Parts: sequence; C-alpha cells; structure tokens
Amino acid sequence: MYAQMVKTGVDRIQSSEEMSPEERAFQERIDADIKIEPKEWMPEAYRKTLIRQISQHAHSEIIGMQPEGNWITRAPTLERKAILLAKVQDEAGHGLYLYCAAETLGVSRDELMEQLNSGKAKYSSIFNYPTLTWADIGAIGWLVDGAAIMNQVPLQRCSYGPYSRAMIRICKEESFHQRQGYDIMMKLARGTPEQKQMAQDALNRWWWPSLMMFGPSDADSVHSAQSMKWKIKINSNDELRQKFVDQTVPQAEYLGLTVPDPDLRWNAERGHYDFGAVDWEEFYQVIAGNGPCNRQRLRTRVKAYEEGRWVREAAEAYAAKKAARAQAKAA
Amino acid sequence: MNEQEALFEYLLRLGDNALILGHRLSEWCGHSPALEEDLALSNVALDLIGQTQLWLNLAGEIEGKGRDADKLAYLRDARDFRNLLLVEQPNGDFAMTMARQFYFDAWHYLQLQGLTGSKESRIAEIAAKSLKEVAYHLERSRDWVLRLGDGTEESHRRMQAAIDDLWMYTGELFEADEIDRTMIQAGLGPDPSALQESWLDLVRATAEEATLALPQPGWAQRGGKRGIHTEHLGYILADLQFLQRAYPNAVW
Ligand SMILES: [Fe+2]
Ligand SMILES: [Fe+2]
Ligand SMILES: [Fe+2]
Repeated sequence: MYAQMVKTGVDRIQSSEEMSPEERAFQERIDADIKIEPKEWMPEAYRKTLIRQISQHAHSEIIGMQPEGNWITRAPTLERKAILLAKVQDEAGHGLYLYCAAETLGVSRDELMEQLNSGKAKYSSIFNYPTLTWADIGAIGWLVDGAAIMNQVPLQRCSYGPYSRAMIRICKEESFHQRQGYDIMMKLARGTPEQKQMAQDALNRWWWPSLMMFGPSDADSVHSAQSMKWKIKINSNDELRQKFVDQTVPQAEYLGLTVPDPDLRWNAERGHYDFGAVDWEEFYQVIAGNGPCNRQRLRTRVKAYEEGRWVREAAEAYAAKKAARAQAKAA
Repeated sequence: MNEQEALFEYLLRLGDNALILGHRLSEWCGHSPALEEDLALSNVALDLIGQTQLWLNLAGEIEGKGRDADKLAYLRDARDFRNLLLVEQPNGDFAMTMARQFYFDAWHYLQLQGLTGSKESRIAEIAAKSLKEVAYHLERSRDWVLRLGDGTEESHRRMQAAIDDLWMYTGELFEADEIDRTMIQAGLGPDPSALQESWLDLVRATAEEATLALPQPGWAQRGGKRGIHTEHLGYILADLQFLQRAYPNAVW
C-alpha cells in the first residue's frame, strides 16, 4: 500500500527451535500482543524492516502532497480551497509523525530524506499518476485515502508501539479526507453533464492504480509471511484489495458512476465481488521508475529540499548564535 | 461615491489583501524548506482564506446585489481587485516570502487593531477575531526576518535583497485616499497615515536586531487600492478563477 513491497531481508521464517532465547522471548511478546517499544531488544531484521516500511509510508505522505497540491491554487471555491489546503497540510503532518516514529529506530529524518531524494527509497506507486482535473482531487480522497485507511486501520494494532500510535492519529484524519473526497465526487456526479463526465473520467483513470496500492497478489508477495509473523503486516494484500472492492463498488453505484472493469460482478456464493485482473506489468513499471510522473515527483522533491538547505542552515546558525549569546550573558 | 459604496470598496480591500496573500502562501505547500514550514505556512494561508470569507461576505452584504465571497473572489477581473501591490508580489525565495509577510503582518496588525474600534460592529468583530491570528503571523514572520538576517552569510544576503526589493511597495500601505477619508470620518476605520510611525518603529527595530539595513524612504509604487496592479495579479486570477470561468454556473 503506502508500503507496497517491503523487503524483510529474511529468506524463510525460523522455527521456534532455531531461534536464540532472545528471539524466542521477542516472538512470544508479539504473539501475546504486547507492544514493542524503542528501547527494547529486537532482532536486527525486524528493526530494518520497520524502518523500510515506516519510511516508505512517510515518503508516500510527502510525495502525495504533490498531486493534490497541484490543485490548491485552482480549487473552485474558497471553502474547497481551504479544505484541500488543510488536507495537504495533514499529509505533511502524517509524514512528520512517521519520520518521528522511524527515528525511534535509530535513523534520522535527514538520512531518510536523502534516501528518498537519491531515488533509493520507494514510495507508493499511486502518487506517480497525474491529477488532470478537479475531479481527480475527489477521486484521490475517495479512492486513495480510502485504500490507505483499509490498510492502516489494522496497522493500529501492529506490534511496534510508536508506529501503532502514529497510525491511530493518522487514521482519524484519513477518514475525514475520504469523506471530503467523496463529497467532491457527489457534487460532480449531481452536477452538470460536464461535471459528471469529469467524475467518470477520474474514476476511469484512478480505479486500477488504486487497486495496485495494495501491492502484488499474495502468490507473488515474497516477504509477507515474516512481516505477518512480526505483526507489522496484519492482512494479506489480496484480502485488503477484495475488501476495498467490496466497499467501493456500492459507493460508485450510489454516485451513478461505472467502475471501469467489464469483469466486475457480484458473486453471491463467495459473498464478494469478482473483479478483473490487475495489469501487474504496469505496476512493476511504475515501481521501477517508469510511471507518468516518477521523474517529475522526485525532481520536485529534490528541488524543494535543495532550495531549502540555506534556510535550514540559517535557522541552525541563528539558534547557535542565540544560545552562545545567552551563555555569554549568563557567565 | 456615497458612504455605502465607499464601505463596499473598503471591505474589498480588506478581503482582497487576505485572498491574494493567502493564495501566494498556499503556493508554497509541498515546496517549502522543511515539513514544519509546510505546516506553518499553510496555517497562515488558512487563516487568511478564512478572513477573506468574512470580509468579502460582508462586502457582498453591504453591496446588496446578491454577491457572496465566492462570487466576488472568482468572478471579478483584475481591474476590480483592490489589494495592495505588496501582497501580489511573487513568492521568490523563502527570504522574499518572509520579508513580504513581515512588512504586511506588521501593517495588518495595526490596521486590525484600528478596526476593532470601528463603529460598524460587524467590522469590529471580524477585526477582533483576525487580530488574534495576525498576532501569531507577525511573531512568526518577524522571527524569520531575524533568523535569516542574522543567520548565515547567504541568508543575510538574501534577506537584505528581499527587504530592499519590496520596500517600494510599502509606501502604499499608509496613503489615505478618498475612500479612507470617508471611513475615517464615519468612524468606520483608522487613518492609514497614522499607522506609519508604529510600523516604522517595529520594522526598524527588527531590521537592526537582524543586522539588516533598511532602505531610505523613496518613491512608492501605488495603485493596488484603485485596481491598477502589477502584471502578476492576472496570473494569480488565471489560476484562482479557472474552474469558475471554464464551467459557468456549476456548483462545486
Ligand atoms: Fe495518505
Ligand atoms: Fe496521510
Ligand atoms: Fe490523507
């Protein structure tokens, strides 16, 4: 999802007999749903995997500010502008909490940002698609924040304390975002024929990339089993994807919009919607850097970071001078 | 121009300042030097958007032609905008944005303080609410002038350049015209020229503490209050008004 393919660095899961006493005690705490806190002993692979996962999530929040920020100055009313600006601001806040959660694992925000800027760190594939019309802002809130919630609600129960607490804070805000996005779609779907068409077009373009947010199908998810054993991943990718489809299709129907999948139909026997195959080739291409906006997004991020460097340096220099003056005064 | 017409124009000035500066600040979201600044700049922009709604809705009521804040913001052309030239200047680098903000906040604070004594209670109420927000804006922008002025060599150079570049747009803040005089006489708003001394005191003291040299008083650019703007405003409106213009009468 926001962390779509997190490597665990583990080839296969150890049996209890193969574990050291420390590892065994650690796993027992996790099995008993006791939260792991920053100062406690943890396997190196757990720590590293969590850093990867939390930082991918943080980077996604930050990069995600771009496609939505693209419409802040063009929002159609003062109220919509305020709501959108506040939303993108929330995403900056989410990035901040998550970088703080990652920092408890012994890595600095600057290091993580350098990894993002160098192209080494990943972020969610979804943010490499362009926002072409105002309806895309509605579709992102409805579908993308909706998919994020689907993944993040279970992570509120994840085994690492700071991550779990960050998720609790973040989920509250994401559900606002989803409602606001759906409200935009509703206005469009009940609006003029052009507005309705704008809404349908946005759904057509965002539907499949939203399904890709949950990551590769379970058969191809090599690292999931270990992450689930550590309880830093709670549900499988396919489970969450199915849940998302089941929840979202009726919402699209209520809007009077058509989900762009000819194979979509209710399966009464399964009690779920059947849906068509995701184009995984496109997904892997976007992950590999070949999506419509990968280069643009990264360039924009690097530019902001580099152009902000002198400001951050000045703030530091000023703080140091001020502290020195205070000390000289006290002496 | 009768008092009601003058009051309408006067409220447009207040609303347009907030609208255009809020718009400029919102351009930073996602591009600022640190996440903390994305949060803080957005807060200031959100305050200003809220103030825009209050002033322009009141302007619409006073006008009595059925225009609300959105109609006034999205369906007037540049010649009908009444904001100060200062607030429409491009963001430039972070020093330029903060110098613009500081010059404006220092004036805005005094202006609102004056307006809290307005005989029109709706003006006094909006001013009192906004004043609390602007006190915080001023504290922040003043702080950045200090940090950048007295930070590194590079930040000092950039802040000095920003202070110099924007200086010529500050004269307009204190010039009273016919509309201002009508407001002063009716006890609706403060005399702009009376704000200048307090403004200069604060700006001078801040510049000194920030190790910056304040430019000499000189020729002032003016015109925003009468709708004669710089070239920048048209582009702001092209963005701001795009959807309302492309899809007339749609509801969003
Ligand atoms: Fe998000
Ligand atoms: Fe978020
Ligand atoms: Fe969100």
